[in-house]
Amino acid sequence: MANRTALYDSHLQAGAKMVDFGGWDMPINYGSQIEEHNTVRTDAGMFDVSHMTVVDVSGPGSQAYLQYLLANDVAKLKTPGKALYTGMLNEDGGVIDDLIVYNMEGWYRVVVNCATREKDLAWMNAQSAGHDVTITERPDFSMIAVQGPNAIAKTCAVVGEPKAAVIQSLSVFQGLPAQDWFIARTGYTGEDGLEIMVPNEQAPGFWQQLVEGGVAPCGLGARDTLRLEAGMNLYGSDMDETVSPLCAGMGWTIAWSPEDRVFIGRKALEQQKADGAAFKQVGLVLETRGVLRGHQKVSVLNVGEGEITSGTFSPTLGYSIALARVPVATADSAQVEIRGKLHEVKVVKPPFVRNGKQVF
Amino acid sequence: MSEIPTELRYLSSHEWVRLEDGVATVGITAHAQEAMGDLVYVETPEVGTTLAAGDEAGVVESVKAASDIYTPVAGEVIEVNADLEDAPETVNTDPYGAGWMFKIQVADAAELENTLTADEYQAQIEDE
Repeated sequence: MANRTALYDSHLQAGAKMVDFGGWDMPINYGSQIEEHNTVRTDAGMFDVSHMTVVDVSGPGSQAYLQYLLANDVAKLKTPGKALYTGMLNEDGGVIDDLIVYNMEGWYRVVVNCATREKDLAWMNAQSAGHDVTITERPDFSMIAVQGPNAIAKTCAVVGEPKAAVIQSLSVFQGLPAQDWFIARTGYTGEDGLEIMVPNEQAPGFWQQLVEGGVAPCGLGARDTLRLEAGMNLYGSDMDETVSPLCAGMGWTIAWSPEDRVFIGRKALEQQKADGAAFKQVGLVLETRGVLRGHQKVSVLNVGEGEITSGTFSPTLGYSIALARVPVATADSAQVEIRGKLHEVKVVKPPFVRNGKQVF
Repeated sequence: MSEIPTELRYLSSHEWVRLEDGVATVGITAHAQEAMGDLVYVETPEVGTTLAAGDEAGVVESVKAASDIYTPVAGEVIEVNADLEDAPETVNTDPYGAGWMFKIQVADAAELENTLTADEYQAQIEDE
């Protein structure tokens, strides 16, 4: 049987259509994916993201260990609770996973993907040899992402004063403990909002409070169209162990300085940088009819070929968008083959939508 | 359980067909639109095209995926539902009515015998 989150019954009660997602029974939608998408862009929606893997890294060696393990540099995290996004790379510079790490003052909280859980934990443990750290998975936490322009106000209205005060104090990309919860101002939608870790036994009650507070349950379908509009990568589609972060729009997540910081994959990335990467990530826009999809071929006249890594219909824009990996010399137009026919697409710099508005 | 009108005939690929005065109207079933989710794009065949039974006649795309539409019967396409161009979601809200896709002047009405009855279609989707 597939894994179930603490919110499984809440989903069924809300009329969710459940699907298998990385070994978990998860809601794909509660009726209409497009309505859920629009609710997050204009009001507030919530996602059960308890399938994601929370890992705490503690011990005196935790900073040095994460500086070695991750391409971004946790030493940049000066403020308590501040977070950064990074790839965890292999020696060849391929992406084992993408993750968020929070500075917990003396220790760190890491959130990795669900489908990659086992290989991530194995890799993290293997690389910890020689570092004085303790790596602890936290399956006791459920995680609810509340996202949208009204997400913070609607959440504050139901959590009570002490937690609301913590929420009000958060800057973007910061997460802090609030009693036995952990509340972060992060997300995967391109809207303001929160990702909230609560002990499993409190999750259904909190979910119900949010429903009553006017926050709409949203499924993984809307989560995918929202993140794609926001130009955010999906692990396994937009990058994986065979793809360099330099070719996946993740160059900004690599901390090259200080130059003497050794991290896994650094040598390979330096070589790629010196040689010049062959591919880059771009956004594609198809303003005529049709839908761009993953694995469709992208042709660039006199330059070469690439591939769509994620594509969908954009509910906010009303036409199709995609992330693609194309030759670096690609300029502002390309062609995509859909069912044997070539369609002209515009090449843009992602993201497509931020805070409800077109941004390319 | 999705609605499966008894007066219609069906294909295992989830199209429905209604025969009236030698003209077959074709769409996709309530079960099909539910499985696909919100439709965002419908490609209908061109009027005047002659199709054989089982030919690809169009495509429906939802936010999630694309799916080919097949014609249950042979004949000439005499009309397509142009309203779906701007309102593909009509297929979600009224799959057997305003969400119809195309009409065919049927060459041989006996071909309909090769399609599924409502009961047979029902049994098929229960097996899925």
